[in-house]
Amino acid sequence: MKHCLVVDDSSVIRKVARRILEDLSFQITEAEDGQAALEICRKQMPEAILLDWNMPIMDGIEFISQLRKEPQGKTPKVVFCTTENHVAHIAKALRAGADEYIMKPFDREIVEAKFAEVGLI
Amino acid sequence: MTPTEYDYLRVFLKQRSGLVLSNEKQYLIESRLMPVARKFGLASISNLVDKLKLEQNGSLADAIIEAMTTNESFFFRDKVPFDHFTQTMLPHMLTARQRDRRIRIWSAAASTGQEPYTLAMCLKDMDAKLGGWRVEMIGTDLSTEVLEKAKAGIYSQFEVQRGLPINYLLKHFTQMGDMWQISPELRSMIQYRKLNLLESFSSLGQFDIVFCRNVLIYFDNEAKIDILNRIRKTMPEDGFLVLGAAETVVGLTDAFKPVADKRGLYQAASASTSAAAPATAAFGTRFQFASGR
Ligand SMILES: C[S@@+](CC[C@H](N)C(=O)[O-])C[C@H]1O[C@@H](n2cnc3c(N)ncnc32)[C@H](O)[C@@H]1O
Repeated sequence: MKHCLVVDDSSVIRKVARRILEDLSFQITEAEDGQAALEICRKQMPEAILLDWNMPIMDGIEFISQLRKEPQGKTPKVVFCTTENHVAHIAKALRAGADEYIMKPFDREIVEAKFAEVGLI
Repeated sequence: MTPTEYDYLRVFLKQRSGLVLSNEKQYLIESRLMPVARKFGLASISNLVDKLKLEQNGSLADAIIEAMTTNESFFFRDKVPFDHFTQTMLPHMLTARQRDRRIRIWSAAASTGQEPYTLAMCLKDMDAKLGGWRVEMIGTDLSTEVLEKAKAGIYSQFEVQRGLPINYLLKHFTQMGDMWQISPELRSMIQYRKLNLLESFSSLGQFDIVFCRNVLIYFDNEAKIDILNRIRKTMPEDGFLVLGAAETVVGLTDAFKPVADKRGLYQAASASTSAAAPATAAFGTRFQFASGR
């Protein structure tokens, strides 16, 4: 079973994402911000990360920049999932090391399509 | 709606668009045609049928046909056919068509354009190999409404997130508020035309590659066989056909043969060469064919 870390400060979004990803046979861990997510990754690197942009303490961009510098930090597939939906945001996220990008609002089909795109399903 | 009226609509739809509705689809007809009835100021499906009987070729008839078709499509749908396109069909054509340096491609149920535009994006990826080549692409559909959308090339945020890799979105689309428009260059690569597959399409000319996906599935075997055999006539001996995931030629016609290990890919039957065979073999076959007559 693949391990996916869901990083979002909204518990509602985390719950929705968990439901979708569990149906896709992922084992889920949740984090409320980038700092908490980074600590989880340092203990055990997940295969996949679904990542919000705007969060307190450490935002998604800062998180992924730090993550990619960690040993094994290049292995997880990182899929942004955010309301930031301008081309400039998307380009910035990809430059920072994101593999795919979901613009909220999202649904089951989009998550499935994007995870398939990066070879997670 | 009375059973007679339901039968009338069923016969009408089958004759005009090929759509076959089973006995229990009354509910589908009602839910899809009530909005049409309202738009034409008609109070019920019965009134709609009465008016249709008087005007079999007018705007009401077109609206009924369009309302009953399923137009769903998405970019890189099923993915595999587009791998076949870039890894099997195009490499084959790049050697087999060396002399003319011309490839013609037909998306035969183009709907809102995602399929032909996906092919256009794949072609752009192979730009370096296609220098000096002329690639012509035609997208056809029965419905004017979907063709208008295809021509405009404007898609919602939801539509560009179903199957389209993010890099392609950045590379080929411009953001317009909540919507995304595909680039003028890609739009200019495809010519859209209204065409009913039940009618003759010989005027479209010859095609090397035909995508006819997720449309035959709605037709009965007789219509499928007829269309497949006529598609074969638009092709040279090494032409390729791609069908939808739930469609096949097997058991219907010998005009095409499945390409081994390439799901959904078929090649015109008289070509005994496989797709992977070198160009000389393809030419050899053609020569043999000609000299054999
Ligand atoms: C489900 S869409 C398929 C779109 C695309 N090929 C794909 O696979 O995603 C089916 C399309 O077939 C068109 N269609 C239905 N009957 C047709 C006919 N008799 N001739 C031409 N097009 C037809 C519909 O208008 C619709 O746009």
